[in-house]
Amino acid sequence: MRESRRETLVILVGLAFLLALPFLAEAAGKGFYVTLFSRILIFALAAVSLDLILGYGGMVSFGHAAFVGVGAYVVGILSWHVFDGSPMMTWPFPVEGTENAFVVWPLAALMGGLFALVIGAISLRTTGISFIMITLAFAQMLFYLAIGLRKYGGEDGIALYNKSQLAPAVDLFDRTTFYYVCLAILAAFLVLCRRLVRSRFGMAVRGSRINERRMKALGFSPYRYKLTAFVISGAGAGLSGALLANAAEFVGPAYMSWQRSGELIVMVVLGGMGTLFGPVAGAAAFVLLEEWLSDLTEHWQVILGPVLLFVVVFARRGIWGWIAGPAREDR
Amino acid sequence: MLETRDLYKHFGGLVATDRVSLSIRQGELHAVIGPNGAGKTTLIAQLAGELRPDGGAILFDGRDVTRMPVQRRAAAGLARSFQITSVFPSFSALANVALAVQAHAGHSFRFWKPAARDGALTGPAREALELVGLGPRADVPAELLSHGEQRQLEIAMALATRPRMLLLDEPMAGMGPAEGASMVDLLGKLKRRYTILLIEHDMDAVFALADWITVLVHGAVIATGSPDEIRSDREVRRAYLGEETA
Amino acid sequence: MNLLLLVEQGLNGLQLGVMLFLMAAGLTLVFGIMDMINLAHGSLYMVGAYLTATLAPLLDSFALAVLVALPLAALVGMAVEVVALRTLYRREHLDQVLATFGLILFFNELVRIVWGPQPIFLKPPPWLAGTVEIIPGVPYPAFRLAIIAVGLAVAVFLYLLITRTRTGMLIRAGASNREMLGALGVDVKRLYTLVFGLGAALAALAGAMAGPILAVQVGMGESVLILTFVVIVIGGLGSVRGAFVGALLVGMVDTLARALLPTVLRTMMPPSQADGLGASLASMTIYILMAAVLAWKPRGLFPAHA
Repeated sequence: MRESRRETLVILVGLAFLLALPFLAEAAGKGFYVTLFSRILIFALAAVSLDLILGYGGMVSFGHAAFVGVGAYVVGILSWHVFDGSPMMTWPFPVEGTENAFVVWPLAALMGGLFALVIGAISLRTTGISFIMITLAFAQMLFYLAIGLRKYGGEDGIALYNKSQLAPAVDLFDRTTFYYVCLAILAAFLVLCRRLVRSRFGMAVRGSRINERRMKALGFSPYRYKLTAFVISGAGAGLSGALLANAAEFVGPAYMSWQRSGELIVMVVLGGMGTLFGPVAGAAAFVLLEEWLSDLTEHWQVILGPVLLFVVVFARRGIWGWIAGPAREDR
Repeated sequence: MLETRDLYKHFGGLVATDRVSLSIRQGELHAVIGPNGAGKTTLIAQLAGELRPDGGAILFDGRDVTRMPVQRRAAAGLARSFQITSVFPSFSALANVALAVQAHAGHSFRFWKPAARDGALTGPAREALELVGLGPRADVPAELLSHGEQRQLEIAMALATRPRMLLLDEPMAGMGPAEGASMVDLLGKLKRRYTILLIEHDMDAVFALADWITVLVHGAVIATGSPDEIRSDREVRRAYLGEETA
Repeated sequence: MNLLLLVEQGLNGLQLGVMLFLMAAGLTLVFGIMDMINLAHGSLYMVGAYLTATLAPLLDSFALAVLVALPLAALVGMAVEVVALRTLYRREHLDQVLATFGLILFFNELVRIVWGPQPIFLKPPPWLAGTVEIIPGVPYPAFRLAIIAVGLAVAVFLYLLITRTRTGMLIRAGASNREMLGALGVDVKRLYTLVFGLGAALAALAGAMAGPILAVQVGMGESVLILTFVVIVIGGLGSVRGAFVGALLVGMVDTLARALLPTVLRTMMPPSQADGLGASLASMTIYILMAAVLAWKPRGLFPAHA
């Protein structure tokens, strides 16, 4: 698989940096950067999953945060039941609470995918502005649903007393360990996505974005491929939600807010749509920018707003296009 | 192979297709000609499935496809090239045609193997490119191809879907004389192997290639017959040339 | 649940519907004519509320404040259109989403800077502060009745504007085929700005009237915006008639669901559970309605495009 040399170099440098980060941070006495970068990696996972449908599939989904929230709530609800000692449900079959990462994390991804299936099946029957509005509307529906879950904190959410249990040796309370777990998951997901977008399936999805009329004339049914991509994207988002719940030790409806969905889109576009690695850079840029700006002023959003406008209108290729050069589409 | 019966389409008060009945035999190259605005593009859109006719029927290989959506007709073997080039500009010529091959290679729910290295796709794609004369240009992004080459690419993509019949909408549109001549050669090569419905303005090409010609004016068929019959038909001359006699 | 309570909730539904119509009418035209998704429409609603809330004590009159706030809001809207949004018309929807998302952040923060983060209070005018018994035995807040009246009047006004005037004809033509409009030599830019200003004024009116009922606070625009989107999707892009029908439908369904569902559920389960579940289900009802309408008519009830 031929990659442009420059892009490969940038990826390797980035990976080396991320691997070394905890050591660099501790050495500089700024250990909190490890936590910050864990957050970045988690948002990067959500952003990359969004890039699958946004950058490659051309589906402007303004409800992606909903799937992140679903994943987070899976972790949160099952953890709450451990704390409470009661089973989550007894009918049709008993489901006890659990904090086993090998159960809740895949489940979070599964639920993310499932919700994406339902929402996508309806939304993908429309296009353009309607699609954007409908994905937004469904995400809001889930948001209000979460607020209505009074048993699980409602508007205030659930505080988690425990992180997920991965393995006896792997203590997720240790920030460096948690960081590397997130990095490993992100890296694995990126490898998977790389394969995905170059496969026949990926070409079908990308073709539908570039020229759907042509795809139909060739004999493809774009709907089924777009829906599948939507589901995979939802699963990735669900997984990132599970990690987010662990990172924050908290789960709340705000995870599903439309503002969050908007922020995810910003990360993808800022980083570079349709590049997979771009959104990682975009997530980093966004989170760091937010940190930096909020230190400067309480009213940082007044600055962020126009900055976004500027980026969107003028800097189309995003950060990745700037540092790694333009991409060849058919590779 | 393809038959329309009293095909009818109107837009508000305008009748675009006025009870058109066509019959195209297998292996035939059937040309549809007519002045601008005669409704040729509307006709092709209905044949391909992008427009729903208001009346009449379309039969493809004996099956009624009048209500069948575009992708299913394409999957059934009805391939189309567009009047205004419609390809995947950022993909290479090879990737464009490989995608066409992929469309007819079963479902595309294969997630692991890179399509660009899939011989089952690139092999037939290269063959199609060779056939239309784009062999050496396989790795060039479609948007960088010359206009004539893009028209050739359209044909290659249509061929790569292993069609039973081709709907070619002005394949020579915008081509200069040299490119046009090679397109005529190409179409000549394809003639016996495929059933072709050809819409074209270039009269020399039409008369050189067509086995049968239908003339469309204001959405209605005013004449249909062999090239010689059409050439000497009075109505046709009047419609086209606006003169009494020639 | 007796009949009187039902009537009262029905009126509430009508009132919500009418307000949603004010929001939706302008927005659906922007979607339909300019093919532009404008997330910042809610900000105009918020601006209308804040301007009215500020002007009312100054001018010592609610009505006067509204009359001044509307053209001001329209001006703000048109200014935003000319300065920031014009470049977006031909851009992809994604760009429009991001840019208007940036505008929301900007406006919300700007309002927070100028007026502070606390909600401010807007009192209804004294002459509308009481109740009216439109049906004997059902006292209903006069202010809410006024909202319904104003909303219906605006609906009639818009109907006349769109069907009887030349401008209205251009608007309808633009909604069904915008390329044609430019080709016919119409000054499309001016039409767009006009439509945008009209939408802004309507949104501001909705905000001003909502002020006394809901709180005037930062971010108030967004919750109404989502409902507005649902209305437009149900009604069909570009259609004011669709916006009217959709708005009333959504207003009634949402209000009645919230009023009736907990009560209905109480017959089946303990009250606390019924209330919680009822509230959740009620807030989901309009989305289910939207999904159902889309399943039947994917482009909405009255889509404007050919």
